[in-house]
Amino acid sequence: MTAEVRAAPAARVAVVDYGAGNLVSIEQALTAAGATVHRATTFEEIGDADLLVVPGVGAAAPAMDRLRAGGFVDPIRDWIAADRPYLGICLGLQLLFEGSDEDGAETLGVLPGRTVRLDGAPTLPHIGWNQVERRAAHPAFDRIADDADFYFVHSYVGAPAPDSARDVLAETEHGTRFVSAVARGNVLGVQFHPERSGADGLRLIANVVRLAAGPAGTAA
Amino acid sequence: MLRRRVIPCLDVADGRVVKGTRFVDLVDAGDPPELAERYAREGADELVFLDISAAPEGRGTLLDIVERTARRAFVPLTVGGGVRSVDDMRDVLRAGADKVALNTRAVADPALIASCAARFGSQAVVVAIDARRVPVADAVPSEFEVVVKGGREPAGIDAIAWAARAVELGAGELLVTSIDRDGTKTGFDTTLLAAITACVNVPVIASGGASIAADFVTAIRDGGADAVLAAGVFHRREVTIAEAKAAMAAAGLPVRAVQPAVLA
Repeated sequence: MTAEVRAAPAARVAVVDYGAGNLVSIEQALTAAGATVHRATTFEEIGDADLLVVPGVGAAAPAMDRLRAGGFVDPIRDWIAADRPYLGICLGLQLLFEGSDEDGAETLGVLPGRTVRLDGAPTLPHIGWNQVERRAAHPAFDRIADDADFYFVHSYVGAPAPDSARDVLAETEHGTRFVSAVARGNVLGVQFHPERSGADGLRLIANVVRLAAGPAGTAA
Repeated sequence: MLRRRVIPCLDVADGRVVKGTRFVDLVDAGDPPELAERYAREGADELVFLDISAAPEGRGTLLDIVERTARRAFVPLTVGGGVRSVDDMRDVLRAGADKVALNTRAVADPALIASCAARFGSQAVVVAIDARRVPVADAVPSEFEVVVKGGREPAGIDAIAWAARAVELGAGELLVTSIDRDGTKTGFDTTLLAAITACVNVPVIASGGASIAADFVTAIRDGGADAVLAAGVFHRREVTIAEAKAAMAAAGLPVRAVQPAVLA
């Protein structure tokens, strides 16, 4: 996290727009958290952003195709390798792993593990509010209860490799237990949708925005 | 544990929320974004918008309302009514909807379900099924027939078989409305719900007939529903979302605690 002092304290956030659906609610939540938000359809449009948000729902292969078309794939890997702030939501979390069982796509591969079907679930897709049970402390969850409810809508989950337990930030139970949040350095991935998760979702987004703004950022 | 959802439904015509028995005796019930924000604040787990404007020129209005609502209510939004193509669905999602409900058009063109699911994922495709009881016939062995065009026109197909087919084609959720019960305040049709929930493993939203808070419990316990939807009883404030959730919690059903949907 950079410690430079800024005249404008608000974090600058680039939302990666690769045609993956609803960006309105994400932009609105980031704006409500005090961020300055813009959409990026190519990596160049990321500009001087402090935080990269990768949203998305649906399958991995078409998402990777569109990310490739926007010139995002290697630059995002470099961004994460440089430990710059990244928030992946739903598919944006799953893409962090090496590949997806949904369609066999090779994904970003910045975290060891794969995206797998949520087998053993009584209903699928897993749709609705469910408890996010934390397995480690993380400032993104400041002022949020340890088992707070967040909104999920998905059939696949990112499964960290067995020797990567340290990346697991939270788990959720739906017939079976799965990883609902991962973190490594300044990379955060959440399977749920904080932008649709009421007050706690907005708190999480505000925490992430504040972290990205750095120690000199607004603490309000 | 996954929570059972309480979902207020906003029937929108010409840019306003209307209430009444579906399509008749419509009375103005307010501005959609304002009502949506209020329900979100009161603990709604999700919101459903159904565009019941007959006129296609209402589409632009609807997209504008979806966007204004998406910016104010930080809970998920499903939009239905008049979605006829993958492009229609794309427009509604880009305006801020999280899920799209297909109904009449999906009955006429079931392949639309598959193409929407292929493009946006099953989790974004809700198939809305309006059903009514009819005498058992070859085409309708379950005694529940699908009706379309706002419940006015029989489709001649079996509702239970259609539910299974819709899921096979890629529906990620079903919104099941009993047209017999809709607006009658006689409780949900748990026989219909149980028949459908027994043959699919996607979440089912129960709709049609809510009158008192105990009805929501019955739809889940006896009907197997994952979520309960109502319009009139919420608009008229005969049941609040908190009361519905309190009844569900008292019956041992997992619900999300009512908390403000926006930061103070």
